[in-house]
Amino acid sequence: MSNDILTVENLKKHFVIGYTGLIHREPITVKAVDGVSFSIREGETFGLVGESGSGKSTVAYITVGMYRPTSGTIYLRGEDLFAQGDERPLRFKKEIQIVYQDPGSSLNPRRTIKDILDLPLRIHQPHKNRTLEILRLLNEVELPPDYMHKYPRQLSGGEKQIIAIARALASDPSLIVLDEPTSALDVSVQGKVINLLIRLQQELNLSYLFITHDLSLMRNVATRVAIMYLGKICEVADAAEFFQNPQHPYTQMLLSSIPVLSEEEEKLKPSKIHSIGEIPSPVNVPPGCSFHQRCPYVMDVCKVVDPVMVETGPGHTVRCHLFEQPPAPAAVPETSSTVEAAT
Amino acid sequence: MSVTPLLEIKNLHVEFKVYGGVLKVLDGVDFRVNVGEKVGLVGETGCGKTTTMKAILRILPVPPARITGGEVLFKGRDILKMKERELRETRGRGISMIFQDPTAALNPVFTIGAQLEPVIRHASPENRRLSKKELRKLAVIPLKEVALADPERLLDAYPIQLSGGMRQRVCIGMALATNPELLIADEPGTSLDVTIQDQVLRLLQRLVEQRHSSVILISHTLGIVRQMCDRVYVMYAGNMVEEAPTRKLFANPLHPYTRGLMAAVPRLSGGGVAMGIPGRIPSYLHPPSGCRFHPRCPQAMEICKHEKPAFQQAEDDHRVACFLYDPAVAEPQKEATTA
Repeated sequence: MSNDILTVENLKKHFVIGYTGLIHREPITVKAVDGVSFSIREGETFGLVGESGSGKSTVAYITVGMYRPTSGTIYLRGEDLFAQGDERPLRFKKEIQIVYQDPGSSLNPRRTIKDILDLPLRIHQPHKNRTLEILRLLNEVELPPDYMHKYPRQLSGGEKQIIAIARALASDPSLIVLDEPTSALDVSVQGKVINLLIRLQQELNLSYLFITHDLSLMRNVATRVAIMYLGKICEVADAAEFFQNPQHPYTQMLLSSIPVLSEEEEKLKPSKIHSIGEIPSPVNVPPGCSFHQRCPYVMDVCKVVDPVMVETGPGHTVRCHLFEQPPAPAAVPETSSTVEAAT
Repeated sequence: MSVTPLLEIKNLHVEFKVYGGVLKVLDGVDFRVNVGEKVGLVGETGCGKTTTMKAILRILPVPPARITGGEVLFKGRDILKMKERELRETRGRGISMIFQDPTAALNPVFTIGAQLEPVIRHASPENRRLSKKELRKLAVIPLKEVALADPERLLDAYPIQLSGGMRQRVCIGMALATNPELLIADEPGTSLDVTIQDQVLRLLQRLVEQRHSSVILISHTLGIVRQMCDRVYVMYAGNMVEEAPTRKLFANPLHPYTRGLMAAVPRLSGGGVAMGIPGRIPSYLHPPSGCRFHPRCPQAMEICKHEKPAFQQAEDDHRVACFLYDPAVAEPQKEATTA
């Protein structure tokens, strides 16, 4: 426990998006995050994977303090991030920084790179020589010093994202939230950004909360992986274990859907399960297990009772009735031909 | 090659006139689709994939675009020279297209039925005389084919009432409703989630196989092309750089760009993330001289800076535009290095 940098406990975020009726006005809520717990160890890359609407970005935004959770909380090295009301103390802001998905819109087009990097320095490192710091930051991310005077539009997509990383580093944080840092980039540029992030992590002993929908990328960067589906985590495991022994039916479906480049990778994909059905709207989450409508192993209990997290191996937890004790009756998967026909 | 290909692009040049100069986007593109074949076109953002496809359908905005040379032969007739009437026949019944973003491809203020019915009406001469009721009955069929539940009700739905995956299914149904001989699918799954993308692509594959339609699948994801296509073209900065049957290309990529691209894709089997290709995609305003890839190429030679490599056969059905595989250039080079 002592080496956990971030502990998220039963985090919930419900957004009110409207009201029902005129007389009995009841709020209509979207349960964007609905009871998420995990912890990130010092120096590790914790991967959070999910499709759109799964709540992974909401978790990121709560972590950096853009939203207050509806309930539950987050601890940074044992200290409650939300203990002091709405305004988060500066020392917490300094420790947790974020890199957004689209560097085109996260960098102000009317500011030079110098101005962009200057702001966090002014706030978090007021006693340092800021020009020297900016040069140090640019050097750290392997960009030439004359980039200081450029505008974001003069940079390529990859370079913009590297500037966004430099901005996150400016406050000397210990945890960086990476919200799909390479999904707006071409694959030939992605490698440079990812390798930079890996090197910075080793040199500066950073911890990453790495959010992505790209499982192949996750396999290569994360130490541990969590899968989210409709506001809840379905499975958490060490990266190697996760890809060799995926247990939750949704994880298997996700893995089987990835387009791959070689036969070797093809063998790693669960072959019995194919993607079916639509992702339900987060406004109208199905009762019981939220995945039951798409699950090929669905049982009666899944439609009524929401499963709880159970440990199936060291560090491997799954939220599925198939793995709950006492052992559920052996589930017989529908033959793949019927699953295929349903698509 | 005695069989006439269904579609053949020969030495296509497209320019865009912009403030500050002329963007030489397509620089001599060669491309061929045989009857019943599924052809993939891969390349990164801005390499000219979509421009090529829009040139085929003549839906490039003219101006600023200008086709400065080349031919687009569909069943032997040049689309670029067709009259408006002939062009209209070719679009739709001959060639139809599925776009990347189904939300933008459907008009938000008309129901699905109102957008689908005209397509059916023009699908064949007999359909033009159908009553509204009969047309509506026919409109249900393509929606059923793309496995949408409750198609009758969907006809009265607006695009906003459907999910992204459903909208793309509607677009696929609409594109195939005319039984086109050639279907162009421009990144059909890119805007969708991975599990939904997988469903849509498998559906598309099943439908085109049933109809024996030819398909051009455009994608920037190598894995998707590998899964779907018989033959693949790789494009870089407005040029075709490599062409081979899918299996051959993935087993033995020849062009340094294709090799770099494949190495850059993170693998499910692990092994870390490669550094990718150094440098950036060149500007079309001042494209590099000679081979457009030479500033980023790890194996660039002197000749690459001055001359443009021809797109020629390296093996029987494997073509590549690179001097490394040009016997006239590569052999003397080798001798020079060994001596």
